Amino acid sequence: MEFYDKRIAMAHGAGGEATRRLVEGLFQPAFSNPQLDSLSDAAIIEPPAGRLAMTSDSFVVQPIRFPGGSIGELAVNGTVNDLAVSGARPLAMTATFVLEAGLSAEALRWEVEAMAKAARQAGVPIVGGDTKVVEHGKADGMYICTTGLGLVHRNADLGPKRVEPGDRVLLSGPIGNHGMAIMLARAELDIEADIQSDTRPLLELAGRLFDALGPSVHWMRDATRGGVATVLNELARDTELRITIAEEAVPIDDCVRGACELLGLDPLHVANEGQFIAIVAAEQAEAALDVLRRTAGGERACLLGEIDRATISRVIARSSFGGTRVVDMLIGDPLPRIC
Amino acid sequence: MLFVDEFRNPELIQRAVDEIHALADPKREYRVMEVCGGHTHAIFRFGLKGLLPPNVELIHGPGCPVCVLPMGRIDDGLELAGDPNVIFTAFGDMMRVPGSKGSPLESKARGADVRIVYSPLDALKIAQQNPDRQVVFFAIGFETTAPSTALTLLRARGLSVKNFAVFSNHVTIIPAIRAILESPDMRLDAFIGPGHVSTVIGCRPYEFIVRNYRCPIAVSGFEPLDILQSLVMVLRQLRDGVAKVENQYNRVVPWEGNLAALRAMAEVFEVRPYFEWRGLGFITQSALRIREAFAPWDAEQTMSVPGICVTDPKAAQCGEVLKGVLKPHECKLFGKECTPEHPIGALMVSSEGACAAHFKYAVT
Repeated sequence: MEFYDKRIAMAHGAGGEATRRLVEGLFQPAFSNPQLDSLSDAAIIEPPAGRLAMTSDSFVVQPIRFPGGSIGELAVNGTVNDLAVSGARPLAMTATFVLEAGLSAEALRWEVEAMAKAARQAGVPIVGGDTKVVEHGKADGMYICTTGLGLVHRNADLGPKRVEPGDRVLLSGPIGNHGMAIMLARAELDIEADIQSDTRPLLELAGRLFDALGPSVHWMRDATRGGVATVLNELARDTELRITIAEEAVPIDDCVRGACELLGLDPLHVANEGQFIAIVAAEQAEAALDVLRRTAGGERACLLGEIDRATISRVIARSSFGGTRVVDMLIGDPLPRIC
Repeated sequence: MLFVDEFRNPELIQRAVDEIHALADPKREYRVMEVCGGHTHAIFRFGLKGLLPPNVELIHGPGCPVCVLPMGRIDDGLELAGDPNVIFTAFGDMMRVPGSKGSPLESKARGADVRIVYSPLDALKIAQQNPDRQVVFFAIGFETTAPSTALTLLRARGLSVKNFAVFSNHVTIIPAIRAILESPDMRLDAFIGPGHVSTVIGCRPYEFIVRNYRCPIAVSGFEPLDILQSLVMVLRQLRDGVAKVENQYNRVVPWEGNLAALRAMAEVFEVRPYFEWRGLGFITQSALRIREAFAPWDAEQTMSVPGICVTDPKAAQCGEVLKGVLKPHECKLFGKECTPEHPIGALMVSSEGACAAHFKYAVT
């Protein structure tokens, strides 16, 4: 069946002929796999031996295409990464689309293809989903919700309870690219900078770490909304420990740093889509860093800081000249300031 | 990064810190006010306070324009934003500042068309792109931002853009410094002068501080080394028993100021007889209104601005904190009812406000 429509209409969500044309003409050919192709009400998955991980996420990014990525790629990688930093490899994924009537079919096709490509790269079949259409003006073009099911690595045992004083904080690479790329792509700020989102799958980086040093990896999380600062604050709160980071160790691309300086934003608060924080036992920290740096995409991984016990659990940044400050969680959205 | 990294050089910073320690006489206290919110922010962000001798105290002054804006002006702006035909534009700094019925962001959540701009020229562009709607720019700031508002109004007139108006809340720094100096509970030893404002007004307007109050001042940049070097400058003056205006930020600040910017301001704005400052009360000749010649672009003349007056919450001690009489954490509400997430006073809202900086960055 061919999907020949030029624009999304309410009929595409009504369950009739137009819906069938959309599903069988666009989604199914792009995502094709045996479970999806049966077009039944649920995908049947044979449970493998081991522990399963399951995660859900919704993607409402605006604009839907931005330098370095798009909502479709994000919808797959975001869920793949939530599994990856939970120590899991994805087995299957579902995708739900909320489309705004009037959206161009071309924009949808573009995102579906981006999703299919990202899913192939991560080795995860998209086995089911749903489509709803809302009236024009009721949504920002399109929203995508994904659910991922994964198999937890046999070496992975993660959680705040495993984090101990003395553990080291590792960061997988340069921060702030995604948040700044989106902020500049919104075109509300008339600033031009060549900043690309860092959206990418973290499966390989995380997987290699678990393969080599699994039991020594105590905790892991991707630093998405709220940035590195928020992730570390959540960890400090959950463990009741203090985290001290060396400010000069934080890898930041010059153009991101420049844009943050200009807009008065703290790069530690800016969102990422392809970076994680890992807490690793002190004696294995160098080995872990070595594994990350030898894996494609992990070349700029760094030792960010360490964890200790203190009367107040909080995140502290130490400057190269000995000044210290509290790194707080992000409050609301990062807002550019001028005066 | 050029013009950043060299001002964060650990060796140079250590040298400046050593000099401050050597200059600070342990037998006396030093109370130095940094007027500008940008300095407050930088002092906390780089943990500079912890590098100083305990008898050198930094007092955070009234230089954050968001912090000194009375609640009524925000309410006035949001009344305008409530008109479905209005696109309300403001800097990001304003978005979380609470009026008595909520902030611009909350207004946006309720359906008002509120947009962040990085320059008033962007607001003018929005007006050109939306000829059927009225665009209001909520202008705030000291002399740092007033020239760009002035240039935007000159351009609006030049292009005959009819659906654009400015709601001017621009204030001027010198009357605020004078009010601080004349406050009876004030005792200051020196000033770190505002860098951005001084790029426009230059250094000469500060001469009354040294002449009338014998108080040293160093106009300062915003990097750690700038601020520490400025401290060295004022401590040297105090050691030598002199008081003069020094320009630490001379890579950016011309002594006579930016004449083109001052001309644009003078063409578009005139001084208001009086204006209310949050925490400081009414200060005469301390703010700018739009001249009659630009009346068609003045929201206060063409639109129905209600002129709301709101008393600040009684328990909030923003005024005392602004004048440096109280430290942020000494306010009754600090960190309890008043936090960056639920601010009661504006000092807790702006990232440059003394209370927000204290709350976010202070290591206690």
